Amino acid sequence: MGRLPASRARTVGDDATRRLTAVFREHPRVVREPDGRYRLDLPNAERVVVCQLPAQLRQELDAPDHPDLRRVFPPASNEDDRLVQEYRELIGDQLLAGRLRAVETMESTVDADVLDEEQILAWLSTVNDLRLILGTRLGVADARQDEDLPDGDRRSQVYALYHYLGFLEDQIIEALSETLPRE
Amino acid sequence: MASALTTAPVEVERPAGDETSEPDRPWLVIVWNDPINLMSYVTWVFQKLFGYPRHRAEKLMLDVHYKGKAIVSSGTKEKAEWDVSRLHAHGLWATMQRDA
Repeated sequence: MGRLPASRARTVGDDATRRLTAVFREHPRVVREPDGRYRLDLPNAERVVVCQLPAQLRQELDAPDHPDLRRVFPPASNEDDRLVQEYRELIGDQLLAGRLRAVETMESTVDADVLDEEQILAWLSTVNDLRLILGTRLGVADARQDEDLPDGDRRSQVYALYHYLGFLEDQIIEALSETLPRE
Repeated sequence: MASALTTAPVEVERPAGDETSEPDRPWLVIVWNDPINLMSYVTWVFQKLFGYPRHRAEKLMLDVHYKGKAIVSSGTKEKAEWDVSRLHAHGLWATMQRDA
């Protein structure tokens, strides 16, 4: 599981992480209002990134069987292939449809400053799915590959987006968790 | 069930281990560790889906993180399928299996 903040030092991603941590602490991006809605406070540069997320996920979901999506659509069993197949036939379409609904909801609210709960849950779903896909693609499971990447390596940009999505997600979780019992 | 030996040809079609032949063994829903999902997110999902109090959700999350997996719910096959599908909808790596 990913921790925040990352406990690494002197890496491209880590510098980005450290800067983001400091900025996010001073400037929360998502605040739960007394009326139960969620106010977004995204700087323009981040809004530009956020606006692209629904289309990015929709494109990925066009190929749901791609290996990079194996964490988005995991098998229901590690050993029973019959069960895996039965579950896929029973529920696979619904899981894809639910994700596409979330993409649509986020798409229709990417410019909004205030979200209701259903909308922010759709944002969370889209952000988390993209993190899963990017993390899988980057091989986050296997190695800290953002360490010592050569200057200009394209993966640096993917890592930057991956880290940003992590912080945005953490902000959304923090705001959502206010509605849950503390104890 | 007592007369199944002689009167239930359908039973013959059922594969070994089918839930109807051993109703006492529940299905377990297991969440596996992955290096991507945030700890805060996993805790929140456990609270939201199962209504667990925060300390229990956190303990489950830490079990997943440090022990590699945790049993998060159990019950009939249908309930396990439902819970697995809700966990999958939230991007967690969940599987189901019969209790050993």
